[in-house]
Amino acid sequence: MVTRGFSSGRKPPTDADARIPPGQYLEQGFPVLSAGPTPRVRTEEWSFTLKHGPRPIKKWNWTEFNALPLTKMTRDIHCVTAWTKFDTAWQGVLVDDILADAGIEPPTGFTLALSFDGYTTNVPTKDLTAGKAMVALLYEGKPITPDHGGPARLLVPHLYFWKSAKWLNGLQFTERDEPGFWELRGYHIYGDPWREQRYTGDP
Amino acid sequence: MSDGPAAQSPWQTVTITRIEKRTPRVTSFFLRPSRPFAYRAGQHVDVRLTAPDGYQARRSYSIASAPEAGETIELAIERLDDGEVSPFFHEVAAVGDEVELRGPLGGHFVWSDSDGGPLLLVGGGSGVVPLMAMIRHRAARKSAVPATLVFSARIWDEVIFRDELIDFHDRRDGFDLVLALTREPARRPADYSRRIDAAMIEQSMVRLPAPPRFAFVCGSNAFVSAAAQALIDAGVPASLIRTERYGV
Repeated sequence: MVTRGFSSGRKPPTDADARIPPGQYLEQGFPVLSAGPTPRVRTEEWSFTLKHGPRPIKKWNWTEFNALPLTKMTRDIHCVTAWTKFDTAWQGVLVDDILADAGIEPPTGFTLALSFDGYTTNVPTKDLTAGKAMVALLYEGKPITPDHGGPARLLVPHLYFWKSAKWLNGLQFTERDEPGFWELRGYHIYGDPWREQRYTGDP
Repeated sequence: MSDGPAAQSPWQTVTITRIEKRTPRVTSFFLRPSRPFAYRAGQHVDVRLTAPDGYQARRSYSIASAPEAGETIELAIERLDDGEVSPFFHEVAAVGDEVELRGPLGGHFVWSDSDGGPLLLVGGGSGVVPLMAMIRHRAARKSAVPATLVFSARIWDEVIFRDELIDFHDRRDGFDLVLALTREPARRPADYSRRIDAAMIEQSMVRLPAPPRFAFVCGSNAFVSAAAQALIDAGVPASLIRTERYGV
């Protein structure tokens, strides 16, 4: 339905168009969204735990985690609130390298990302491995600020950005695909921006 | 012949039935859905505009009306000068126009009378909108849940829903309004003329008969960061605080 009197005055140039998923607009800033207050997690208190169900597989403190191989990823990110930001530059530890350090292959096909504030989000394990995702420690070369999820956040740039959990403190392999915080509150179980999977019931 | 029922689009056409200016920068648009639309106080909708060349813009707006309000839903939209959708509403939209709407959306920043309280509501500027839906819902249900709204605006004339909020306050039925004006002297005896801080939250909570069971904070990112910290410093457990930040 064409809206009377609405014209696409801010339509981006064509070369950028191909990088913007349906229903998104290009944002130059970096908006902040979260369900609650911003936790201030000190790196001395920080830890990261890999779990299979309730069972811990391996736990790292901040120093140990920072000793793992660091990888750079520069990616476009897409928030379900409709903004897309190009070329965000992160550094962190690939999920592949976390698994290698723990000496395991992924034990199940599903993963829950766990955060210090109790937030959770589910991601199929295959969307985290093969270089697709990392635990980011730096944004544009600097420690990630608390409002953007520091000290460490998940980065799964090919899915809507609520999947890139802030204030991450663990990954838990689960037997089934278990909906996380927003997935239980009306948001899509998978969240592919190119298929516009925003809300429960989207194809 | 068809292979079965077509999947119903999540989008529906809504008609603008009334437009009411609230403050110099905020105008309410009353929309009549074409299909039944049940929602909870605090939820939002996505609005989609389509240009003749197919280009679409969508934005999320909180619902200001109570679920009990009847056949129209109210969106109170602030004009953002560099915006794409809000200038359309403020400059182009007229009664009788149609836009597309999806929702209701969001299952976290919501409150119902049956959830109980006490309720601590903290809003900055247009961040009051989803809180207004909760306050109107409380009034419509004649709820006895104690509730306090601490509402920060720059000046008296930018206090969205001011007369209605003062009217609710004057009923003395357990709802208290505390205004924090940041660029003008306070006008009501218990109001403040400074930004929201921990001391103000502590003093406002004294009006409640018991510590809040729910705290909702909504506004710009900078506002929500500062106000949520003020609540924590005033002793509100972080786990009780639900936040909603208005994008950019």
